[in-house]
Amino acid sequence: MAAIIITYAVVNGGIYALLAIGFSLIFGVARVINMAHTGFFMLAAFGLYYFTKKIGWGDIEAIAVTIVVVTLLGILAYRFIIDRVREHHAAVLLITIALVMIMESILLWRFGGENRGVGSLIGGYVEIAGVRVLNQQLLTVGIAALAIIMVLLLLTKTKLGIAMRATAQDAEIASLMGISASRILLVAMGLSVALAVVAGILLAPLEGVRPGMWGAPLVTVMVIVTLGGLGSIKGSIIGAFIIALVEQMASFLIPEGGYLTGTIILLAMVIVLIVRPAGLFGTMFEEEKL
Amino acid sequence: MLRRTLKSFRYGVLPVPGRLLAIIFFVFLFTLPLITDQRFYIIMFTFASIFAIFAVSWDLLSGYTGQLNFGHALFFGVAAYSSAFLYKYLGWQPWATIPLSVLIAVVTGVLTCFPALRLRGPYLSLLTMAFPLMLAGVVISLRKYTGGENGIASLPALADSEVQRYYICLIAMTVSVLIMWKLTDAGSRYIRTGLIFHAIREDEIAARASGINTIRYKLLAFAIGGLFAGLAGALFTHVIQSVGPSSLSLTMSFQAIIWVIFGGIVSIYGAVVGVFVLYPLMDLSTRLGDIIRGLSIPSTPFFVPLIKIEHFVLFLTDRPIIILAVVVIVILLFMPEGIAVWIRDKIERECPRCKLTNGFWRKECRACSASLH
Repeated sequence: MAAIIITYAVVNGGIYALLAIGFSLIFGVARVINMAHTGFFMLAAFGLYYFTKKIGWGDIEAIAVTIVVVTLLGILAYRFIIDRVREHHAAVLLITIALVMIMESILLWRFGGENRGVGSLIGGYVEIAGVRVLNQQLLTVGIAALAIIMVLLLLTKTKLGIAMRATAQDAEIASLMGISASRILLVAMGLSVALAVVAGILLAPLEGVRPGMWGAPLVTVMVIVTLGGLGSIKGSIIGAFIIALVEQMASFLIPEGGYLTGTIILLAMVIVLIVRPAGLFGTMFEEEKL
Repeated sequence: MLRRTLKSFRYGVLPVPGRLLAIIFFVFLFTLPLITDQRFYIIMFTFASIFAIFAVSWDLLSGYTGQLNFGHALFFGVAAYSSAFLYKYLGWQPWATIPLSVLIAVVTGVLTCFPALRLRGPYLSLLTMAFPLMLAGVVISLRKYTGGENGIASLPALADSEVQRYYICLIAMTVSVLIMWKLTDAGSRYIRTGLIFHAIREDEIAARASGINTIRYKLLAFAIGGLFAGLAGALFTHVIQSVGPSSLSLTMSFQAIIWVIFGGIVSIYGAVVGVFVLYPLMDLSTRLGDIIRGLSIPSTPFFVPLIKIEHFVLFLTDRPIIILAVVVIVILLFMPEGIAVWIRDKIERECPRCKLTNGFWRKECRACSASLH
């Protein structure tokens, strides 16, 4: 039992971590709560389905085209829609919800509401500690880990990453240092969407695609990001694995747990927020303190 | 008495286009059953009235005090479920269940406020978002008592006929909106809550430094928000005569936010306008689709472009969500303050000297004759 729970927690945790890092990144840099974040994740999953099943391309081409197209869509949505209302927090929220609603209804019209399977990228399974682990799940964990490490390296070692973190800390001072804030915001949005796209491509072969698939992960991602502390990358990664573990434990150990997983992860978030009002690793700026 | 009313109408309402529009709007609503006897419109405006109470209560709590509550459906759903339980297990009738379930919603509001007091900004929003979702999970898993996903059906109706129901909801809406408007009026000489709510939103520390017990006023805002959202929930239950977990869903919470921000946040009338524009828009687009289907366009080559347009319009009217989303995006891109506030700024002008509101057609202030340019 424990082995099954841990396996699933690690696989889901990897996907959640990818989503949460992107959500947290764009919040940290642009102060945008992007409700359409899991919408791009859904578009990516459908992109993989469309290119492999409907057009019949190979996996590699389909993945490459999906990543490029959906990331470009995300950057365009940011540049022409979200950026214009960035000053009004409530408007950002609403406009991103409207975006994801449009995405969902277009997908519903084009593909219908039922769940559709996407073939595994690699077949077969291995047995680890008595649990059958699909090779697809191993691939998911591997790619998620690789992507997370690359993002961390980008943020800490490269000039671009340092510029991004500087903008997140203080946009005015960063632009005085010669950093073009508008360009950094576009790059951050691109990076954030690209991570969601990778997560979508990894999830699609495991759970299939359907137009409502953005809702549940959005709540989970918000829980993770709040738990870890908004804007903290380290918090997002750790929070993702904590929440994935809690979720699996709830659904395996509690009777009727399947209905209660949402309640239990939300309860975990509420407890963390009551004990630590800025999440586990969040920093509260002096002027935001109460 | 009559002369005084006429005088205040002549000098207080006629020169201010916003007030005139508001009065025309309410006169229209109260005479609606005389204008049309189609059930479709009566029912549509019944629901719009209920949701107007809900949206305005969100505006009071989140717009005025700045406590952005993403889980307003909690109060709506708690009241909806409690009035259903009171009928199902105690056999109470609507006139008794509604007041008690409103009271339960107020208690819920106060209880929600305690964890929320420590948090600010996005953390507060995400915490409040969690409560209705948690409750929905519990409600679904206790299917023996709550009916699970299907909820509880065949509850007693609020009144026998649709028109009676319409008038009950409309009067409830008018009274609630008037109360909330007075409570949030920052210029009032007698009620200080409006000014204090504004102060808490703008700078809580400064408000506290000026000797305002901000915690007490935040509790008050949560209680009032819970009260009116609960009223909307209880009315809604007895109008549709059933209750389900959708009354606790994220969609329900976000609907209120969409209406308020679309109409104009931090303005009571904005929330009402938002509901009465967007809710009928969704309903009417479906109806428009039916009307277009009824037209038969001849299929001669001359009419081919017309048929193409018809197909496109039908595509949109079958998916009112797309229309809603596009309208929201366009409105927010061009008038981020909300549509009602944008219109008010177009038709009204504030005198720079005496701060009196004037109609857009005036060149000089009507009281102090200062130039308005």
